[in-house]
This record gives sequence, C-alpha cells and structure tokens, in this order.
Amino acid sequence: MTTAEREEPLSGGAAGLAFAEATKVYPGRKAPAVSNLTLEIPASEICVLIGPSGSGKTTAMQLVNRLIPLTAGDITIDGRSVKSLDETELRRGIGYVFQQIGLFPHMTVEGNIGTVPRLLGWPKERIRARAQELLELVGLDPEEDLPRYPSQFSGGQQQRIGVARAMAADQPLMLMDEPFGAVDPIARDRLQDDFLRLHAEVPKTVVFVTHDIDEAIKMGNRIAILRDGELVQYDTPDRILAEPANEFVADFVGADRGLKRLVVWELRDLQLDPVPPDGAVGPSLPDSTSLRDALSQMLVDGAEQLTVLDGDGRPKGTVALEAITGLIGPEKKRTVEV
Amino acid sequence: MQTFVDAIEFLFDNLGLIWDKTLEHLALSGAAVGVALVLAIPLGVWLGHLHRGSFLAINVSNVGRALPSLAVISIGLGVLGVGFLNVMVALVILAAPVMLTNAYVAVNQVDPDAVRAARGMGMRPLQTLLRVELPLALPLMFAGIRTAAVYVVATAPLAALAGGGGLGDVIVNQPTYGPEGVVAGSIAIAALAFATDGVFALLQHAVTPRGLRGRGEERLVEPRVDTAAA
Amino acid sequence: MIAPIAQEPVIPEFERASECIRENRQFCFDWFVDNFDREFAPRLLEHIELTAIAVGIGFAISFTAALIAYTRGWFETPFALLAAFLYTIPSLAFFQLMVPITGLTVTSAEIALVSYTLLILFRNTLTGLREVPEDARVAARAMGLTQWQLLRRVELPLALPAIVAGIRIATVTTISLATVAAFIGVGGLGQPIFNAIQSGFKTEFVAAGLLAVLLALVADALLVLLQRVLTPWARARRA
Repeated sequence: MTTAEREEPLSGGAAGLAFAEATKVYPGRKAPAVSNLTLEIPASEICVLIGPSGSGKTTAMQLVNRLIPLTAGDITIDGRSVKSLDETELRRGIGYVFQQIGLFPHMTVEGNIGTVPRLLGWPKERIRARAQELLELVGLDPEEDLPRYPSQFSGGQQQRIGVARAMAADQPLMLMDEPFGAVDPIARDRLQDDFLRLHAEVPKTVVFVTHDIDEAIKMGNRIAILRDGELVQYDTPDRILAEPANEFVADFVGADRGLKRLVVWELRDLQLDPVPPDGAVGPSLPDSTSLRDALSQMLVDGAEQLTVLDGDGRPKGTVALEAITGLIGPEKKRTVEV
Repeated sequence: MQTFVDAIEFLFDNLGLIWDKTLEHLALSGAAVGVALVLAIPLGVWLGHLHRGSFLAINVSNVGRALPSLAVISIGLGVLGVGFLNVMVALVILAAPVMLTNAYVAVNQVDPDAVRAARGMGMRPLQTLLRVELPLALPLMFAGIRTAAVYVVATAPLAALAGGGGLGDVIVNQPTYGPEGVVAGSIAIAALAFATDGVFALLQHAVTPRGLRGRGEERLVEPRVDTAAA
Repeated sequence: MIAPIAQEPVIPEFERASECIRENRQFCFDWFVDNFDREFAPRLLEHIELTAIAVGIGFAISFTAALIAYTRGWFETPFALLAAFLYTIPSLAFFQLMVPITGLTVTSAEIALVSYTLLILFRNTLTGLREVPEDARVAARAMGLTQWQLLRRVELPLALPAIVAGIRIATVTTISLATVAAFIGVGGLGQPIFNAIQSGFKTEFVAAGLLAVLLALVADALLVLLQRVLTPWARARRA
C-alpha cells in the first residue's frame, strides 16, 4: 500500500465491508466477546447485527471503527484493512450513530452536522449547502432548524440530526448502534420508515445493531444472528424466518415466524389475478400493504379475496387468500411466486 | 521556617492570652451566627414551604457572597460607630444570605411526593412543615449554617481592626506580638475554623434523620460550581 | 502597624469644613463628591488593577493545572491540597507574612491574592471539564476528532459555564480580599478604610465601603452577563 493510498480518507459512494475471522478477547476474560467472525457485507446493503445481550453485536460493530481494538483477525473496507489507516482518518470516513445520540449541546444543528466536514477543511458555503441538503433528507426544515440548538428538539428529531451528521462528509459506511432505541414506538416506526426512504435515495453501506427482531426484519437486507460472540446465521430475513439454522434461531425469531415472513413482502410483490369484470371483490388495499396486514384484513372481513389498488387508488388486480397463506406453508401449497 | 517554629513556641508560652482571645473570637462569631440564624432560617423555611420568592431567596446569596467583608464592616463602622455590636451586625450581614438561601432551597426541594402523602393523610400545613418538611430539609439547611459559621470565624479577625477583639488582635499587632505572634494567631484561627467545621459536621450528622444518613450528606460548598445565576 | 481606633475622631482639615464634617455625620455627600477625584478615584483604579492582575495570574496557573489534572489524574490531589491550604490562611496574616520576603510591595499583596484564587478556579475548571456529557465525548471520538480537537471544540466550550462561574467567584472574593491588602500599604479601596480607622472619620468609612461593595456587585453582574453571552445554547429551550 502506497503512502498516498494510506492517507486518503474514505469518502463518497458506498463501501463493501468484510469481517475476516475477527476476534476480540478482553484481557482477563476467558471467553471471547467476538469469536472468529467472518461475513461479507456488499456495498449499499443494510446488514443488521442482532442477538441477545452479551452476544457481541455491539462489540463487533465497534471493531469496525476501532473504538475497540481487534485482538485477532481483520476487518476490511473495500479491501483495505481498518488497521492500515490512522485511527482518526478511519473514523472520519465512517458515520456513527448510537442510542444516546451525542449531539454537541453547544453547537447549532448546522455546527453539529458540519463537524467532520470542518475537520476535512471544506469551505463554509459547501458545508452549509450540505447541511441544508441533509436536513431535508432526514425530514427537518433547514431554514428553521439549522440555527437551533439540540436542546430545542425532541429525541426523535435529535436522532434525525444525528443521522444527518453521520452522513455529512459523504462517508461510504455507516454504523448504527440501536439508534432508535430511546424513542417511543410510534416515533421509532416513523424513524425506521424515514431511514429506509433515505437509504433508497442515498444507499450507503450500513451496519445496524438491534435487539429487536421485528426491527431487524424491517430494516435489514441481511441479518446476522450472533450468540456468545459467534455467528449463528447470516441470511436474508425471509430465509432466516423460513429456515432457521437451529433451535436457538427459531426461538429467537419467535414462534410466529411464519406470520413474520409476511411482513417482508407487500401486495405489489405478488403476481396478481385480473380484476373481475363486475368490479372489486373483497376489501381493497393499496399495493404497498404488507402481506401480513392484508391477511389480517381478509380474516377480519371473512373474505377469500381482496382487490389490490395502484398508486392512484384504481384496482389493478386481485389476490386470493390461499395465495398468501400458501407462501409461508410447505412448498407444494404454493400457488404464486414473489 | 524558623518563624513557624517560633510560632509554636509562642503558642505554648502564651496559652492564657490565646485562650482569652479565642473566647472573645468565639463570642463574637457565635453571637453573629446566632442572630443570623434567627433572622435567616425562619424566613428561608417559610418561603421554601410556600414555594415563593425563589428569585429573592436564591439571589440574595449571590449578592451576599459578593459583598466584600471589610467593606461591610467599614460601612457598619461609619453608620453605627465602633464597638462589639456594630461589628457583629456586619458579620450578621455576611452570614445570613447563605443561611437564607440554603434554608429556602432545602425546604423548597423536599420530595413533593412525601408532602403530598402527608397532606393526603390529613396533616395540616403546619404539621406537614414540622413533621415532614423540616426533618427532610435539615441536612441541606445545616450545610448552609455550617458554611456560614466557618465563614464568620474566618472573617472575624477583621473585627480586630474595628476594636472587636478576638484572635484578630494578635494578627494585626505585629509590633506587639512579633511575626511569630502573627503566625501563631493564624494557626489558631485556622484551627478554630476547622474545629467549627468539624463540630457543625457532627451536628449535621446528628440532626439528619436516620433514614437519610449515609447518602452523601449534601454540602453547598463555597466555592460552588453553580451556573444558576441571577 | 495600625493603632487602635482613636477615641476622639480627628476631623480632616479640608477647605470646606461644613457642618456635616464638623459633626462627623455618617455620610457627607458633598465632601464625597468634592474629594472623589483626589481620594477615591485613584484608589478605585488601584483596586481594579490589584484584582485584575490577581485573577489573571490565578487563572493562568489554575487553568494549566486543571488541564494537567484532567489528563493526569494523580496531579489533582497535590495541587488541590496546596490550594486548599493557601485558602485557609487568614488574609491579614498572609499579607503580613509576605512582607519580610517581598517587602511592602504590590508583589507581596499579589502573591497572597493569587493564592486565594487557586482553589476555586482549579476546582471549577476541573469539574467543568469532567462534567461534559459522556455521549458527546463518545460521538466526538467516533467521528474522528483527535484528543486535542476534542478538548478544544467540545470539552472546553462545554466546560465554559463552570469556568466562568469560577472566575466570577474568584473575582468577587479577590475584590473583598484586596481591601484588606491596604494593611500593607499597597493602596486600593482598603486604604481610605484604614485611614478612617485612625481618624474615625465616618464618611470615609461609608464611602470606601460603599465603593467596594459597588465594585463587587458590578463585577459580579458583568461576569454573569459574560457567562450568558458565552453560552447561548444554555438559554435555548424546547419550542
């Protein structure tokens, strides 16, 4: 690695992240906190690390930006080992969001967001423009909110600012440690939705730690289940729910994992039957409805079919009850594909 | 260094003198603390009980802390003339603010749940005050009295300039008692101040209701890391 | 050095020995106004000078000490003990004891005055730094700030309220102690007070005392203002 490469900070786009036998043993403790963790996260994906307390998920994440030093093994970002960069340089290329948020109380929102850009020497105008852009992206009002101080915002709003701050220097990688844990369930829901929307627009690579399986299923492109420092299963939410690797995973995801799978898909993911000539049958739901909600509605109404509406509210197809239930049942009962 | 050794000698050679002066000093300090107590505590407790007058109660100590002690004594000398009483008045003015503020804050911040429970049980306001608020407020209140007492003992030497007597007499009369006297007097005052602090600490512990003891009895220490300003 | 208070007040022989003066009433306003420029204004300036130098030097020492203690914990106890010890020395004694060492000079007074500021300035600065919210520190570290940048951009600004509070207390205390400094003849508002002790001239007592009180209150108020100006975020409240 040349000196020039060594000093170039990580910036722009999204980076691929790979753990290679990463291990962390705390001095004086026998069992490793993280043991030979190996997994690959493709660029632009959201990978959720989940597990019971003590599973090592937070530790694993903190190995990436070296808040905790590696004992053995390696972690690479786009092939470059995290050990090869200077600690501070490394961290300026990684966005970090955590539960307690940690906004600087003495700086305005603009000041907070501009912290890393300022360190990187960006000119003032560029920082301001970037802050405005990011605030809009996270759903706040640049004109009103940039000059305000953190104490003037609610917890949920503060975390939005935290997310904006973590993206300010266009860092290709983002680490999020139970970021929405400190807000009430309704606000959390909105934060999750808004973050997914943001990610669709600006697809950074994200490592997301949580202990909530529903959040994991909702947020993750892939989920890594950890236990006692070891990786137990790493797959898409649907695969984990359909085929848990062992009893621990099955227990962990919950006995209702069949129904949970339905959360992953929406009506628009299905092949639809045509609308009958005499109009809509059964309840009508927008195509963005999750299959779980659709199933619930049909059961409540005692219907065997429902009509799917497009973005303008016009019927575009129908779905039979068996089509949905067949998805989570045994192979032979499947009537449609997703 | 030699002076220090001489000072110890001085102390032993002049025990009678030091003792007399100490008594004078304590008399003056005690009187000032006593009067300040009688004036400040009831007022502070009353305001705290009513949860009124916070602006006044809190800022009076800010102002009081700012008053230059010699200046207050000086004004006292000008307005009231020379004498024990007049110096005492000045010391009262210096001691009262801290006591007032602490008493107010102590009663004002008594756990409102405890007060609510007491009212709910049917206690009348006066009973609530005497049986619930005061005992719970005592530790913090006492901290204020303790701070004020130490402050008075440490400031009383200035009274010697106004003919008030006490250990200050020894300190201001270097021609008579020599540098070893000055050091001896200082040691005596410092010792007295520590002793006062210690006695009040014991008293504070003694009046703390058993259930609250060992919880790190609070101390509004001067110097105070206090950003709640006027 | 100071004689006990004269039994018979000695009335100053100034141009206009008005009735007020002859009767040595508590406060002769006209005399005060007439003599302000000559008697009190220079003393006031001296007093301000004494205070400013003491707090300035005291702050420089304490701030440095606090930074050292912040990064090397073992330093705290020895320095704090020293500062506390100095603080307990009665002021009259401290000033006098300096005289054989540094003479009847401003230096003697300043050594004592500086010593008295150390405890509060050191304590407040150190506590202020330590009370910076932990999550702000974690965020700063994770964002890639160096130790130095963390101190300069996050910790020191957040410690400012406590630091300024300390300066405020130190200033006010110093103004008070500086009046006593006149005991060794370095001027300041204590001078007229000590003169009055000799002469029994009441107006001088009251005038000097009032000026000192005023100076202290104004300084206190100005520093409160400074504290507010330096910490705009502390006043912002949730809409």
